[in-house]
This record gives sequence, C-alpha cells and structure tokens, in this order.
Amino acid sequence: MDDFLVSLVSIAFHGAAYGMVLYVISVGLSVTMGLMGFANLAHGVFAMAGGYVMISAMSSLGLPYPVALLVAFIAIAVVSLVLEMLLYSRLYGAGELDQVLFTIGLIFISVALARLAYGTLQQPVMLPDYLRGQFSMLGRDFPAFRVFLIAVSAVIVAGLWFGVERTSWGAMLRAAVDNRGMAQSVGINTRRLFMVTFAAGSGLAGLGGALGAEIIAIQPIYPFANLAYFLIVVSVGGMGTLRGPFVAALLIGITDTACKYWLPEFGAFLIYATTVGILLWRPAGLFGRTN
Amino acid sequence: MGNLHAGGYSANAALRWQESLPWLVAIAAFFLLPEFLNLGARILIFILFALSLDLIVGYAGIVTLGHAAFFGLGAYTAGILSARAGINDPLIQLVASGVTAGLLGVVTGAIILRTRGLALMMLTLAIGSICLEVANKASSLTGGADGLAGITIAPVLGQFRFDLYGKTSYLYCLAILFVCWWFVRRLVYSPFGASLAGIRENNLRMHAIGAPVYLRMLAVYAISAALAGFAGALLTQTSQFVGLNVVSFELSGEMLVMLILGGVGRIYGAFAGPAVYMIAQDQLAKQFPEYWYLGIGSLLVIVVLFAKGGVLGLVDRMVSRIGKGRRS
Amino acid sequence: MTIALETRNLRKQFGALTVADGIDFRLERGARHALIGPNGAGKTTFINLLTGGLRSNSGGIFLNGEEVTRLSQRARIRRGLGRTFQINTLFRSLTALDNVALAVAERRGVAWNLIGRANRHADVVSESRDLLTSLGLAQDADTRVSDLAYGKQRLVEIAIALGMKPSVLLLDEPAAGVPTMESRRILEVLDSLPQDLAILIIEHDMDLVFRFARQITVLSRGALLAEGTPDEISADHRVREVYLGERDV
Ligand SMILES: Nc1ncnc2c1ncn2[C@@H]1O[C@H](COP(=O)(O)OP(=O)(O)OP(=O)(O)O)[C@@H](O)[C@H]1O
Ligand SMILES: [Mg+2]
Repeated sequence: MDDFLVSLVSIAFHGAAYGMVLYVISVGLSVTMGLMGFANLAHGVFAMAGGYVMISAMSSLGLPYPVALLVAFIAIAVVSLVLEMLLYSRLYGAGELDQVLFTIGLIFISVALARLAYGTLQQPVMLPDYLRGQFSMLGRDFPAFRVFLIAVSAVIVAGLWFGVERTSWGAMLRAAVDNRGMAQSVGINTRRLFMVTFAAGSGLAGLGGALGAEIIAIQPIYPFANLAYFLIVVSVGGMGTLRGPFVAALLIGITDTACKYWLPEFGAFLIYATTVGILLWRPAGLFGRTN
Repeated sequence: MGNLHAGGYSANAALRWQESLPWLVAIAAFFLLPEFLNLGARILIFILFALSLDLIVGYAGIVTLGHAAFFGLGAYTAGILSARAGINDPLIQLVASGVTAGLLGVVTGAIILRTRGLALMMLTLAIGSICLEVANKASSLTGGADGLAGITIAPVLGQFRFDLYGKTSYLYCLAILFVCWWFVRRLVYSPFGASLAGIRENNLRMHAIGAPVYLRMLAVYAISAALAGFAGALLTQTSQFVGLNVVSFELSGEMLVMLILGGVGRIYGAFAGPAVYMIAQDQLAKQFPEYWYLGIGSLLVIVVLFAKGGVLGLVDRMVSRIGKGRRS
Repeated sequence: MTIALETRNLRKQFGALTVADGIDFRLERGARHALIGPNGAGKTTFINLLTGGLRSNSGGIFLNGEEVTRLSQRARIRRGLGRTFQINTLFRSLTALDNVALAVAERRGVAWNLIGRANRHADVVSESRDLLTSLGLAQDADTRVSDLAYGKQRLVEIAIALGMKPSVLLLDEPAAGVPTMESRRILEVLDSLPQDLAILIIEHDMDLVFRFARQITVLSRGALLAEGTPDEISADHRVREVYLGERDV
C-alpha cells in the first residue's frame, strides 16, 4: 500500500514536471493556431533549436545554465521573428494543406541542419551541481531538477497569464483571437501583433525545449518524434486558449508517466485513444469554443 | 491554365494521348533498365499509394497525416497471411489486404469524418499513431520492432515466380497499378467524383443541396484506404519483409511530400511525384542523407510558396506559355 | 390556398440572445412573400431554422402539411425546400455548369455513380445548361464561377437553388451588393419563376420588395412585428418606426 502511494507521488511529480515542460513548449502553438489559424507542424523545431542553443551556449561559450536558458529564449524568438516575416506571413490565408506541407518542409530542413551540426546522437545536458542532487520536502526526497522545472514553469505560466489577462498587449491579443476582423476595424495593428506573438510563443518553445532537454532528448528527429504530443496538447486543450493546453499538458504528462510505469506494454496507446475520444466528444478541444 | 483532370460535368473524359506516356515510359524502362526493376517496382507501389492519397487529399480535400495506417495494414495483412497462416497466393493476399484496409477505412472514417479542419487532421494523426503502437506491441503477430520475416510468396496466377531481378515484381505491380489507375480515373470523372469536388469546394453548399456529405466522404475514404492497402500488400510481396516503418508518421508525411511535389488533385501528379522523388533519393540519399532532407525540405517550401501545382503545375504553365506563343 | 410552409411558435436562442421569439408564420403555395427587418433582426437565422441548418429550441415547422421539425436538412431538402445564401456560397473553382449540375445530379439521384462519366449524363448536363440559359448565363456555363462578375455569381447562387426544383424557395438577399442595373436583371429572373413555386425573399432593397412581393412580413429582434400587403405595411406606423423610418429619412 505504502509502495503504491510512493509510486503515485513520484508519478504525479515526474508527470507534472513533464506536463509543465510540454505546456511551455506548446502554448505558443495554441496561440498561433488560434490567432492566425496556422497549423504550424514545425513548432517542435523551435523547441529542439532551443535545446541546441542552450547546449552550445554552455559547452562552447561556457555560459552558466540560467544564462544559457535565457539565450535560448532570445535566440529562438529572434530567429522565429525573421522566419515569420519572410515565410510564415505569406501563408496565413493559405489552405491547410499548404501550411502542413510548408511546415513539414521546415522540419526536413531543420532535421538535416541539426544532423549536420550535431550528428545524430542525443546531446548530453551539463546541469549545474546545485540542480543535480535531491531536495527534501515533507520528509521525502525529490530530485532537485524536477522541482526546479516545476517552479520555473510555474513562474513562466504566471507571467504569461499576467501578460495576457492584464496588459494592453494581452487585451489586443484576446480581442484578435475572438474576432480578427473586429479587432482590425477598431484599429489594432494585427500584423505587428502576430509578429510579436509568434516570436514570443516560439521563444517560449525554445525555452521549453532547453528546460526539458533532460526529459525530451535533444536529437535531430525531435520535431517529428514529439510533434504528435505538441499537437495533442493544443487540440485536446482547445486552441486559442491558455488554460486548455495547460490542463491538457498536465493530463498528458501525468498519464504518459503513469502508463510508462504501470502499463508499459500499452506504450502511448492510451494517450492516443483518449485523444480520439476527447476530440470526438469535443472537436474544438476541452476548453475550445465550439462553433 | 487550370487543372486538366479536375473531372466534373463540363469535363471531357476522353483519354488524351499524353496519358499513355507514363505507361510507355514504364514499359520502356522494363526493357531498357533491367538492373533497376526492383527500384522500379517500389516506385510503382508508391505511385499507387500516392494515387490513393490524391483521391482524398486532392479530390475530396481531406488533409490526412495518417494514411500510412492503411498502407501498413495492407502490408501486414499480406505478411501475416503468409508468415502465420501459410497463405502465399499473392492475389488472395492482395484482395485480403484491400478488404482489411478498406474496413479500417470505414471504421476510422466513420469516427473521424464527423469532424473537420484541425480536429480531423489531429484524428488522422492519432489513429495513425495508434496503428503504429499496435503493430509495435503485437509482436507475436507482427514481429514488432524486428519486423516480420519468413514471408514466402507463391507465383502469380501459379505461373510467374518472383525472381531476383524483379521482373515479375515489376510487371505484377505495373498490372495492379494499371487496374487501380483505370478505376481512379473513372471515379474522378464520374458524378461521384464531381460531388467530391463539390464537398472540397464548399461543404456548406453541398449540405444545402441535399448531398449526403458524410456518406460520400466515408465512401471515398474507404476506397482510398483499400487502394493504399493494395499498395502495402505489393510492398510486402515484392520485398518479402514488413517493418514498422510501413505504419509510421514519417511515411504518411513523406507520401504527402511526394504527392505535392508531383502536383495534387491531378491524377498524374501521383505518378510524377514518387517517380522523381524515389529516383533522386536512390541516387543521392545514400551518399548524403543530410543534404537529401535539406534539399527536399527546401524544395517543399519553394513549391508551396512559389510553384503551386508541383511538377505537373510547372509543365502545365510551360505548355500554356508555348501554346500562347504559337497562337500569337 | 394551401399552405406550403408553416412555423408554429418557433424559438431559437444564442445564449442570452433570442433570435426567434415564438414565430408563427405561413407561406402559401405560389406565394411572393418578403421578409424584411433591420440588420440582426434574425432573418437569416429564420431561414437556417427552416432548412434545418440550425436546430430550433422549440416550436414546430411544417412543410406541405408534414411536420419536419425533427428531420435533417437533407430530408427537408428532399421534400422540396431550396435556399440561396446571403453571402455567395458557391463552388468557386468549378464552372457555372458544374455548380448547377451538382444540385441537379443530387436531385436526380445520379451522384452515387462511381464509374460512369459525368459528362455522359446528358439529362443532367442539358437540364443544367437550360437552366443557366434561362437565367441569361448561357455564355458563362463553362467559366469558373470565381472568374464571373459578382452580379453573375449572384445569379449562379439562384441557379443552384433552382437546380434542386424546390416547391418552396427561400432567397436570402439575392440582390445584396449588386448594383441597381444588375439587380433589375435579378428581379426579371425572379418574375419568370414558375407561378406555383412558393417564394420567401429576404431583401433590404425596398424598391425590389415592393415590386416583387404580394405579402410582406416584418421581423424585429426575432419577433413578428407586422404582416400584410405592401400597402398595409407601408402604411403601418410601427413598421415605419423600427424599419422604414430609419432608412427613408
Ligand atoms: N451562430 C450564431 N451564434 C451566435 N449569434 C448569432 C449566430 N448567428 C447569428 N447570430 C446573431 O443573431 C442575430 C441575428 O442574426 P441574423 O444573421 O439572423 O440577422 P439578419 O436579420 O439576417 O441580419 P442581416 O440583415 O444583417 O443579414 C444577430 O445579432 C447575430 O449576431
Ligand atoms: Mg441575414
């Protein structure tokens, strides 16, 4: 019985850390899909690139871990801004198929570039000593790194919600997600709003990829291998919302961890089956607006 | 110039001379390039797969990220029949593969075609992933990650043995592709095909003129699934092995890529795409796998941004420009 | 006079917004009936409720005497209900002929033919061509509708509905956005429709309404405000207040 409880706590804990990382990575996708109606399958590229940037910043430039995380965020935000202006913006009105193929093309390119630059092997992450040990709380030991992950993600989530719910940029964003035509007609510069939002969302994905490098291995096939999970977070949660993907990411993080622990023979089957069930029940996702 | 093979009530369905070109090339290749027949057979198989994909993506407008599920089920059906049940006749396997894949198409289509847009795309991805998980975990049946070996294929019609050089494979695949092409072409030019175009162009209006939209989509989804199942069976029969990659998301994605590079919704794009892609891959990818994906990725981005209609779209535009030059 | 279409106490709410507030409405066989009302009155919603595109919250809908409230859109269409859309809802990349032929083929039940050639269905093709010709679109039959002038697209919008050979035709602002010259053309088309066809037309262009309609119903905020002949309606002070008043001044 006690064994069961211990494993339950451990699963909830690891699952929550995983879910938080999934959320930080996917939330930008939820917003771009909701705001611009753009099916960006290449979103995972930003997460992978964030991981590589962090690893290089630490190993080649010798930057400390927290600084490397920040560098990952900024670098990815800047690169994605350029991509948005040069490429993505041309396809905002395009059909689903064009968007899908264009972003698959981006995945191919990034996979190839990652292989050329880093080889096919998984990149090891040099965590600083203070994140390696255990952390005692309530008479139990928790791995310090997971605690750190959950804490940092929680801060990011709080900052994000504050930004969207309380700032004027957030108000414009919500108005534009609600009704783009209306937002435009009341004088919101949606073009600039898109650019900034896209960059911020992609930067967060980069940060999430860097943060989660221990959990979701940084390797060239990353954007393909994890695409389904990012998309599931967004579609199950409901795109264009902040809360939906949060709930979905935690659900998936915990369910996936539990399945790997208790039902390894099922693999990811349960996650996918649940996804199918939820999407049939609510095609717009758990928190998405129907209509 | 618009798309030649859009079908519809105003379209002239008569065969054009250009449509014999793929078949002439295929027959010429058989005699002129005997050392490449195994590759040739694979190309024919993927053309069939692309053709089945074109039917739902190009004609019915359903964007799927999980079409490999049907290809994979076809491949495994043929393989399991031989390796586990000792049924080695290729045509029996072929029919069985088409039937199982078609049934999976009916069942999954009945579920997912109630949704549209992003949810539909996600569901195709999720169902494809489920099929991959099942193939991976049911290893007593499928061989799991090691793949399914021990497949023997009896001679076609009891006469033609599958030989090392791929002569039989090639002609067998060519014959099956021909029959399926004939069917697809008829379908595209039929009233049913026209109604698919209607669904693709304006779902709301199709409902408003009283069309059973859901059933039409389900029908074409199942037909497409069965054709993909045929293609999967052919792959098993010509390679006598089934690996997990036949159900993978990467394969679904790669097929979409081949189709778009050839040109979507125009029948012969499904011929041009896989042929060009696989020949190039055969020549380049082995030496420089990184550059291969870099090239394909860049090409894809360029095609989507600047060259709508793929290879055949370019040909159309060139032809119409030459035509204009001649007239003036 | 027989009743072609009737609603009894039809209600529909979008959240807190009531868009159909217990509508009792009758459309007679061969009617030339206009439904008018300010923007957002619920006119389009009413049509969507009639066709089954939207489900009503309560109330009944009767088509040629038969209750269809719970029937699907498709079932209602098969019983003779046809409609056009306020915003063009066409098969944009298909030819005008194909646009009409799709509707004709559904009605004739040939659209399940998987193998036969569409262009060999001479009955469908010639009926569609004749229909286009009767609307003055003979020259445009083989043009993609997205390449047609807007006024002609509006005519194709009507042609598709006529291809369904409905007994009740619901027209949602057929002349919306069409310049006066061309809206005259649309009026001619409407005038030439079969006499026993029951037509309900939503229209903001009062000129067109008063020339075409023999009966007018005024809808305001989801409720019926007034009903009568054009003369009665134009004399009704309530109507002037909510509707004509806003426009005429
Ligand atoms: N699907 C919907 N969900 C919520 N509200 C809706 C929906 N469709 C329409 N409405 C609202 O219902 C009201 C009636 O709309 P409707 O389109 O029926 O008006 P209308 O009389 O056709 O106006 P117009 O003359 O502008 O075409 C409007 O306030 C509209 O915003
Ligand atoms: Mg309206």
